[in-house]
Amino acid sequence: MAAVDVPGILTIDGVPLKAKLARADRTRKLRALGLVLPLFAFILLTFLIPLAVMTFKSVKNDETFGRLDRTKEALADWDQQTIPGEAAFAALAQDLQDAQKMRQAGEIAKRVNYEFAGAQSKFKAIARKVEKMQAGPYKEVFVATDKVWSDIRLWRIIHSASQRFTSYYWLSALDLREGADGIERAPADQAVFVDVYGRTFWIGGIVTILTLILGFPVAYLLATQPVHRASILMIFVMLPFWTSLLVRTTAWFVLLRTEGPLNDLAELIVGMRFDMIFTRFGTILAMTHIQLPFTLLPIYSVMKTIPPSHIRAARSLGAGPFHAFWRVYYPQTVPGIAAGCLLTFILSLGYYITPALVGGPRDQMVSYYISYYMNNVINFGQASALGATLLIITMVLYWLYNRLVGIDNMKLG
Amino acid sequence: MKLQLMTMGFVAAVITAGAIAPAAAEGTLTVTSWGGSYSESQRKAYYEPWMAATGNKLVEEEYDGELGKLKAMKEAGSVTWDVIDVDSAHALSGCDEGLLEKLDYSKIGDQSKFLPGTALECAVGTIAYSTIFAFDTSVLKDAQPTTLADLFDTAKFPGKRGLLKKPFGNLEWALIADGVPAEKVYETLSTPEGVDQAFKKLDTIKKDVVWWEAGAQPPELLANGEVVMTSAWNGRIGKAITEGKPFKIVWDYQEFDWDFWVIPAGSKNIELSYDFIKFASDPKNMSQQSKYIAYAPTHVDAIGLVDPAIAPTLPTYPDNMKTAIPTDLAFWADNNEELTKRFNAWLAQ
Amino acid sequence: MLPLLGLPPYASTMERAWRLFFFVFCGAVLLFLISPILIVIPISFNDTSFLSFPQGNWSLRWYEEFFQSERWNQAIKNSIIIAFFSTILSTTLGTIAALGLSRPYFPARALIMAVLISPMIVPVVITAAAVYFFYANPLGIGDEPLFVLNNTHLGVIMAHTLLATPFVVITVTATLTGFDQSMIRAGASLGATPTTVFRRVILPLISPGVISGALFAFVTSWDEVVLVLFIGGTDQRTLPRQMFSGIREMISPTITAAATVLVAVAVLMLLVVELLRRRSERLRGIRT
Repeated sequence: MAAVDVPGILTIDGVPLKAKLARADRTRKLRALGLVLPLFAFILLTFLIPLAVMTFKSVKNDETFGRLDRTKEALADWDQQTIPGEAAFAALAQDLQDAQKMRQAGEIAKRVNYEFAGAQSKFKAIARKVEKMQAGPYKEVFVATDKVWSDIRLWRIIHSASQRFTSYYWLSALDLREGADGIERAPADQAVFVDVYGRTFWIGGIVTILTLILGFPVAYLLATQPVHRASILMIFVMLPFWTSLLVRTTAWFVLLRTEGPLNDLAELIVGMRFDMIFTRFGTILAMTHIQLPFTLLPIYSVMKTIPPSHIRAARSLGAGPFHAFWRVYYPQTVPGIAAGCLLTFILSLGYYITPALVGGPRDQMVSYYISYYMNNVINFGQASALGATLLIITMVLYWLYNRLVGIDNMKLG
Repeated sequence: MKLQLMTMGFVAAVITAGAIAPAAAEGTLTVTSWGGSYSESQRKAYYEPWMAATGNKLVEEEYDGELGKLKAMKEAGSVTWDVIDVDSAHALSGCDEGLLEKLDYSKIGDQSKFLPGTALECAVGTIAYSTIFAFDTSVLKDAQPTTLADLFDTAKFPGKRGLLKKPFGNLEWALIADGVPAEKVYETLSTPEGVDQAFKKLDTIKKDVVWWEAGAQPPELLANGEVVMTSAWNGRIGKAITEGKPFKIVWDYQEFDWDFWVIPAGSKNIELSYDFIKFASDPKNMSQQSKYIAYAPTHVDAIGLVDPAIAPTLPTYPDNMKTAIPTDLAFWADNNEELTKRFNAWLAQ
Repeated sequence: MLPLLGLPPYASTMERAWRLFFFVFCGAVLLFLISPILIVIPISFNDTSFLSFPQGNWSLRWYEEFFQSERWNQAIKNSIIIAFFSTILSTTLGTIAALGLSRPYFPARALIMAVLISPMIVPVVITAAAVYFFYANPLGIGDEPLFVLNNTHLGVIMAHTLLATPFVVITVTATLTGFDQSMIRAGASLGATPTTVFRRVILPLISPGVISGALFAFVTSWDEVVLVLFIGGTDQRTLPRQMFSGIREMISPTITAAATVLVAVAVLMLLVVELLRRRSERLRGIRT
């Protein structure tokens, strides 16, 4: 575009120089993009799209949609206030007959049970009962088998489960549920997730603060010692950094046991043993140990750039040692502190292995529940909703990190 | 040049990686069981003799009794387990949910020769085991627990207790310890009030519990002094005792149950699986397992072949059976999901 | 003591006391960092079968068990295969991308960089869940997948490559900052083909970054357990995966032998990275 406006100098083949330069520029840009493309495509295909698909799973009724079509149809005009008529019962009976044949009744029962505690056994019972029935009236049989079939709440759930999309998993991830009059809080014996998020933030926060308290002085020490001594001390930081997370967790597992070395020491000194393994204390201790290098190293690399002459200048101008440190040195380390702490906080939120091995049941964080719903109870919807919430939180923090620190300044080792 | 080399390396890597993806070789059977000394007993009694007799290869896998992974494999269309050892609740619910193959008993043996209730539609019994609780006699020297009530009595026996991280078994014990008669346990548990009552009782010891998930953990927890007493599967404790550990089993209200062999639906090795199950269900082979772990056989003809010397360690021994509660399979098949959900919410709170 | 404190002569007593406290505190933190890793080593050379403080005799019992058991051997083999291929893949992809990113004309650099680094930031359980669904039906066509990547080596390698590339991108980009782009032009103007420029000019300069990126990639895969738990099957059991079930299922000191071997690998890595860092600084003329 610019080329048209400025006639100016022409190149040897008669094209305006500006256009030629712009083209060269574009080629260079394309070539640079071309180099990034393979990795970008790889990440897009095997990471970003799968994340989107996972998030999508949290709003779908995979277990029931398409398997309760007759019921869905029969309930299309239902007023949601009265017990449905024979037609709905007959439709459900037929759907269940088919499901029983395809051995899918168990899955439907399980899905409805998420929202209606106790529905699973009722569904299984009725599915077995209607399996052999050729003709109605079905309603009488249903209601005679169990009075739960005249519960409007159950029918509402069947109705919503027969749809393609559901808000259940997201509501449940926030300890809410669809009640008779709109959204309400989930009953106390099922509401766990808000507590779990709170716990995740709490543990992440404590770990971040501890790593800062422990890491800052050491970073200062490393940055101010002569090179040869600093590089020896650096081994103490880098060896844990390079050691497998599982090795470090194993080490803490060994250390924290009631009959373990730490307690042997405690017995020797104070004459008693403490509960440390399978506790919040043990979890935080192990996580602090693992995260410490992540907080320490960014602070260290910022401190390396601060000339020692600043402090000396401040002192020579009459500032006391603490005043000089606090007013001159510390402000310059803030970017490093922000980088280290934010990184540790982000990484802490995703911890799974360490709490799983050294924590108790009350110390498990969001990741544990994602894994639990994925692998143990196979409730993919719930796992996805929890995963998506944690993903959003992480992305917000990552964005913040990018704004404050800049991804270019992320350093390793 | 180096770039080309790298590209070639990249291509080679992809190709090789594809090639080293497992080829489910003919004659390789993956058997999934509960790990630890239980798997060891199966290895000696079944796996090794079967491999020697047939020339097939058998790969062992461990799990903690959750069929979740199996369900995931089935949905993903790649079931890599061929034979699984499951507990009774999963034998029934897995069958209901279409996770398990319906068994053809003509390929296994005479169905009527198995103890009543152990030859099911999708599962054939392999052992009788029980959930008991045990303690270390070198730790509890003077006052020793003798009844189930002692497990819940933290005043009389202070210290941590190990319990299975599932509702299964714990709820029954909680009710009995709370005064519900054994024969009324499942009736009570079928009501919401009964479930509340059980959880309320568990609340009283909640802060003193170390939860275990794998069968190998309770003997370790005891041996390492992590707990003063723990629930466990009797064979695991029995095995530790034969290895010289000073453990003692309390048989009061032992929870009697079966383990089964099942074939997952979608297994690619069904014929080989049958061959293995047939081998493992042969009375002569089956009677061998009790030698290695204190579980009792399920085949009528195998029972007589068990060494009388080890009979007192088996859950089926009359003295051990006095107050035994037989597990209600149907109850757990129908309610496991719900109670597990409630149990986990309770744990997390 | 005083020379170590490194205080100017005008320091007050208060300052000296504070300084001493500072050193003691730092010493304690450094001890806290290193001792848990060292503690497993004596336990692994002890013959007692409990995970407690060494009381028995010197023994290589757990190492014998570690190196002779088929499960651990299989795990070592799997770990090596998987880590090797994911290292090659991620180093290649990451280095090429970093070269593109550090070209001066790169559009939307910050955004694309953020995307390329994101696999490192997203909690690995979430990645594992997402990848799991994707692997169950990679092409997303129909109900019956054409092929499945769960429970395959290829699947684990791809997932580990995903986790490892951010490290390569970061280290190589870091070596390229301060890289004088005019050297490429100089090379080209002297008649070198782009390949020659890459081989003779770029590669020697970035090779420390590439190698340390590759090491990071190797360690990432070598240590990874969550993805293997989710998407790997019996045949993909790696060393960390085996250790995970070792802690949960049969708590035997063999895991301390495994841990010690892994610590030795870590020491080796640390040494290589340190040597590379020095070489890189020398090459680029940075003096510390």
